[in-house]
Amino acid sequence: MAKRIDVSDLDIFYGNFKAVEGVNVSIEPRSVTALIGPSGCGKSTFLRSLNRMHEVIPGARVEGKVVIDGQDLYGSDVDPVDVRRQIGMVFQRPNPFPTMSIYDNVVAGVRLNSKKMKKNDLDDLVESSLRGANLWNEVKDRLDRPGSGLSGGQQQRLCIARAIAVQPEVLLMDEPCSALDPISTLAIEDLMTELKDRFTIVIVTHNMQQAARVSEQTGFFNLNGVGQPGRLIEFNPTEKIFSNPDQKATEDYISGRFG
Amino acid sequence: MSTATPVRPEAPEPLAPAVRQRRGLPRFGGTAVFAAGLALAAVLTAASGWSWGLFAVLGIVLGCLVTYVVSRVVEGRRKATDRLVTALVSSAFAVAMVPLVSLIYTVVSNGVGRLDGTFFSNSMVGVVGEGGGAYHAIMGTLIITALAAVISVPVGLLAAIYLVEYGKGRLKKVLTFFVDVMTGIPSIVAGLFAYALFAIFFGPGIRFGLGGAVALSVLMIPVVVRSSEEVLKLVPNELREASYALGVSKWRTILKVVVPTAIAGLGTSVTLAIARVIGETAPLLVIVGITAATNFDPFDGRMATLPVYAYYQLTQPGVPPEFGIERAWTAALVLIIIVMALNVVARLISRFFAPKTGR
Repeated sequence: MAKRIDVSDLDIFYGNFKAVEGVNVSIEPRSVTALIGPSGCGKSTFLRSLNRMHEVIPGARVEGKVVIDGQDLYGSDVDPVDVRRQIGMVFQRPNPFPTMSIYDNVVAGVRLNSKKMKKNDLDDLVESSLRGANLWNEVKDRLDRPGSGLSGGQQQRLCIARAIAVQPEVLLMDEPCSALDPISTLAIEDLMTELKDRFTIVIVTHNMQQAARVSEQTGFFNLNGVGQPGRLIEFNPTEKIFSNPDQKATEDYISGRFG
Repeated sequence: MSTATPVRPEAPEPLAPAVRQRRGLPRFGGTAVFAAGLALAAVLTAASGWSWGLFAVLGIVLGCLVTYVVSRVVEGRRKATDRLVTALVSSAFAVAMVPLVSLIYTVVSNGVGRLDGTFFSNSMVGVVGEGGGAYHAIMGTLIITALAAVISVPVGLLAAIYLVEYGKGRLKKVLTFFVDVMTGIPSIVAGLFAYALFAIFFGPGIRFGLGGAVALSVLMIPVVVRSSEEVLKLVPNELREASYALGVSKWRTILKVVVPTAIAGLGTSVTLAIARVIGETAPLLVIVGITAATNFDPFDGRMATLPVYAYYQLTQPGVPPEFGIERAWTAALVLIIIVMALNVVARLISRFFAPKTGR
C-alpha cells in the first residue's frame, strides 16, 4: 500500500507570492519523514501541496512535479479528489464533524463518498480503524455519542482513525500533537510507529525531540528573510541531521543557536 | 545560587487579610435605593399634577442620582460608578421595553374580545355589522406565505451557498451589493412589480394569490440570502478541509458537511424571514386585493389576507362601525400570535438541530 513520493523542482505560490522554492526530495515508503523548521518557512504549505489541499485556498497554485508511483499528481488529467483519496491528512487542530457520532465520523470518508457498504463491513471498518488509531478501548461503548464530546487527544486520534479508514497510501500529518498534552502525544507517536508498517507518513512538527523520536528521515526548511520563499535546506537520515548535519544552518537551528 | 533565603520567624504574626472587608450595600440594596429615588420622583410629580412622561424622566434622573450618592457615601467612588452605569443601562432597557409592552397590551386588550370560535370559523360573507370572522383571511395568509416560502427558500438558500462556497471576485461583490439593495426595497414597490409583471400576461386589473406570493418573495429572498450567508460563513473552514482531505468532492462536502453543520441556523433564518413577510400589507393590497369569501385557490381570484383584512375592517368597518374595528384588532392579535409562534418554532429548530456536544 505504501508508496514513494518524488518531488522535483516544486515551487508553491499564494497568488503572486512565492512561498516555497525549488524543493527536490524523495520520500521513502513505509517510513516516517519529519519536516522541521521555523514558523512561516513553508513546511505546512509543502505538506498541503502533497495532496493538492494547497489549491483549496483561493489564488494558491503550484509549479513543478510531485510523482507518486510514476504518476504526476499535478498532471492535467488528474482529479484532485482522487489524489486526496490516496493521500490522507490529519490537521493541527482536531476537527471531527460536529454533526456526526463517533461511528459516523470514522466512516465519514466512505459515507460522504456514497460508497455502498454492508452494515457488517462498516462495523468491521470502524473497529479496525479505531483499533489502528489506538482509540477502540476508550470509545467502544459509546460509538453513537457525538465525536465532539471526546477529549482533545481522543478527538485527534478519532481524526487519525477517520483518515486511515479510507485506506490511503500516504498519511500527511500537520503538527498533529501541537494542541495535545504529553500523554496524548505519546499515544500518537506510538501510533505513528505502528502505522508506518502500512503507510508512508510525513509529519510536520515544531518539536525537534518528536522528530528525533519518530522519524527515519528529516527535512529542514528555512527561509533567508521575511518575504522570501522558504527552501528545503537539508534532507538526511534523522540520526545524521541530529548528530552531524551537512549544513551550518541546520546545526544552528537544532542546537538553538538560530537567528 | 546561595543568595540569602528569607529567614522565617519561628512564629509568624497572623497576616492581615489580603482583601480588606469593605462596607457594602446589602444584596438588592442598589435596587432598593433606586426604588427610593423613583418614589421621590413619584411624590414630586404628584405634587405638580400627575404626568407619566414627567414621572419617567424625573424617576430615571433621581433614581440614578440617589443610587450614586448613597453608594458613594457608603461604598466609595469605584463601586458608585459601577452602580450608576448599571442603573443607566437598566433604565435604557426599561425605556426600550415600554413601546413593546404598550403595543402588546393595546392589541391584546382590544383584540381579545373577538378571539372566539366564530372568528376562526366564519368568513365575512353576508356580514355587515356584528359577527363575521377571519377564517378566509387566516387561510389566505397561510397559503400565500407558504407559497412565498416555497419560492424564496430554495432560491435564497442556493444563492447563499453560491455566495459563500463558489462566488469569488467581482461577481460576488456585485451580487452581495444587489442583495443588500434588495433588502431595502419598499414593500409597495414589490407589490407594484408583481402587479406590472402579471398585468403583462393577464391584462390590467389582475388579482390573485400567486401574484402576492411572488411579491412577498421579492421581499423575502434577500432576507433569506443575507441571514443564511452569515450562518454558512460560521461553519469552520477546518471542517471543509477535513472533508476534502478524505477525498470528498466539493458538492458533497457542501451537502453533507457544511449544510448539516449549519442546519439549525438555516432553519432559524428561514423562519425569521417568513415572520418578516407574513405581516406585509402593501404588496398584497395591490396584487391580491380583498374578498369577503373563502378562496383556497391562489391561482384564481382575489384572496383575503390578515393584514389587508385588518386594513379594510378599520377603513371600511360597515354599520355600525365598532364591530369592524373590533375585528381589525383581533386580526392584528392573530397576526402577532402567528409571528410569535414562528419565533418559537425558530428557537426549537435551533435547539433540536444544533450540533450536540454531550459526553
